[in-house]
Amino acid sequence: MSVNNSQVKHIAELANIPITEEESVKIAEAFSETLIVVDRLKKADVSKVGVTHQVTGFKNILREDVVKQEQSFTQKEALANAKTTYKGYFVVPYVLQSKDT
Amino acid sequence: MKLNELTLAESLAALDKKEVSIEEIYRDLDQAYQAKNQDLNIYLSLNKTALAQAKKASRKPLRGLPIAVKDNFCTKDLPTTASSKLLNGFLPQYESTVTQKLKENGGVIYGKTNLDAWAHGSSTETSDYGRTLNPRNTKHLPGGSSGGSAAAVAADLSIAAIGSETAGSIRQPAAWCGTVGFKPSYGRVSRFGVVAMASSTDCPGPLAKTVEDACILLNSFAGPDEKDATCNKEKAPDFTSFLDQSIKGMKIGVIYQDVKEIAQTNEKLLEELNILKEMGVQVEITKALDPHHAIGVYTVVQRAEVSSNLARYDGIRYGKDRSYFGDEAKRRIMLGTFTLTKGHADQYYNLAQKVRTLYLENYKELFKKYDVLVAPTSPSFAKEIGASASSPMFGELEDMLLEPSSVTGLPGINVPFYRDETSNLYLGANFIAPMWQENLIIKIADAFEKNTKWNSWRNKS
Repeated sequence: MSVNNSQVKHIAELANIPITEEESVKIAEAFSETLIVVDRLKKADVSKVGVTHQVTGFKNILREDVVKQEQSFTQKEALANAKTTYKGYFVVPYVLQSKDT
Repeated sequence: MKLNELTLAESLAALDKKEVSIEEIYRDLDQAYQAKNQDLNIYLSLNKTALAQAKKASRKPLRGLPIAVKDNFCTKDLPTTASSKLLNGFLPQYESTVTQKLKENGGVIYGKTNLDAWAHGSSTETSDYGRTLNPRNTKHLPGGSSGGSAAAVAADLSIAAIGSETAGSIRQPAAWCGTVGFKPSYGRVSRFGVVAMASSTDCPGPLAKTVEDACILLNSFAGPDEKDATCNKEKAPDFTSFLDQSIKGMKIGVIYQDVKEIAQTNEKLLEELNILKEMGVQVEITKALDPHHAIGVYTVVQRAEVSSNLARYDGIRYGKDRSYFGDEAKRRIMLGTFTLTKGHADQYYNLAQKVRTLYLENYKELFKKYDVLVAPTSPSFAKEIGASASSPMFGELEDMLLEPSSVTGLPGINVPFYRDETSNLYLGANFIAPMWQENLIIKIADAFEKNTKWNSWRNKS
């Protein structure tokens, strides 16, 4: 199947990837080329098999639900790579707006 | 001979006999780095305290020897970029389990090596910090994504190296650079602290000068880790215990001889496998499920997992914002998002996971008859620089022969089986075995390496 650039722009929004108009055209071409290869999968007979999401066969690997100090960051460590902080917190983009604005 | 040209096993022996000192090894390695790294672009950063750490590790198993580490392993207080501009300046607050265990066993991180940005590729050409060149022939690519680690080994800019593989990223660059590359069973090594790509197939492993070296190094970081829930809880075996074993009576199935595009490579491999027959191994051509389907499986599964794993890069807690993703990462994240959207998930994602099951079943059948399967690692010799721009599917086509064993989690090892005298480029064979049975491929690969002339460290000119 092929993909057009307005579909690409929609996907970019879902994936939170900023792209230019020009990029959306190029990416649509690359997508279509890739999907030609992927579409060959449809030739395989999968009528008798289920899906495989993991290959080890391990199930429900759990550990004790306890805090391990040595595996925890201090507040200072956790913030060490943040671009902007405020009073010991991460600063995140503004996402909620009040009705009036 | 310069001491950086020693194998890991030779270095350990020389240190123990006090024939050389750890300072002398670092001195020769530093000189080689000065002479070659600028042109080859192998290391993105060096560990300035390496020698000091080495001196403190003299009683530990790896004796403080310098190991190159792919720059997608988080290393506390050492820059970790995954070769992306987005992570430029990132200093991890924690250590990956692999590098933690490496240090506990006396290995020292000499420096961090180049890769395709986010490990998305098979050329090391898509790095945001420039391409790495193949030390065997600098007009050619080293392969990837662990191209920096493979090149570090091939150029003797490390004693051994660590890489990671999702579908070919250890074995393919090892093949192109004429080194050994060992991808253990998925779950044999912890993924904790590795910049995630496709979590259901990501697997760290060694790139080394010999099979023996790969086993020594793997011993230092394989095994259970409670920080990775997909890690096998069983203790890893001593991988060196499978060296120098009799291989008489073993059965090897040669697969992909019917893949037309690789006829020449196949022919050369078949010829070289004769040595195994002389050693009492039954070598038989057999048919496996067409590897072409695996390109689609891998492309869909990998993109889907990438879109999820790379969602965390929002520039808030660390790194820069999402506009810093390169073209390849953008394409992969978006294609993954697309194949997971309503209406396309069945058509692509679930279909791919079903074809994955077909490969698992096919291997199950094949391993009823054979102990080990073998095929060329890569369709051809290392491609020329610039080749990765030819197609958005470049990597997938180059890795086609490895993808079936990657999506099924099987262990595989690349050993050189041919060298072209004119170009000085190598071809590699990929031996694979059932899940958790690394012992079988170690036995065969070690015997093959020691009884052929293709390993450049065992056969110095």
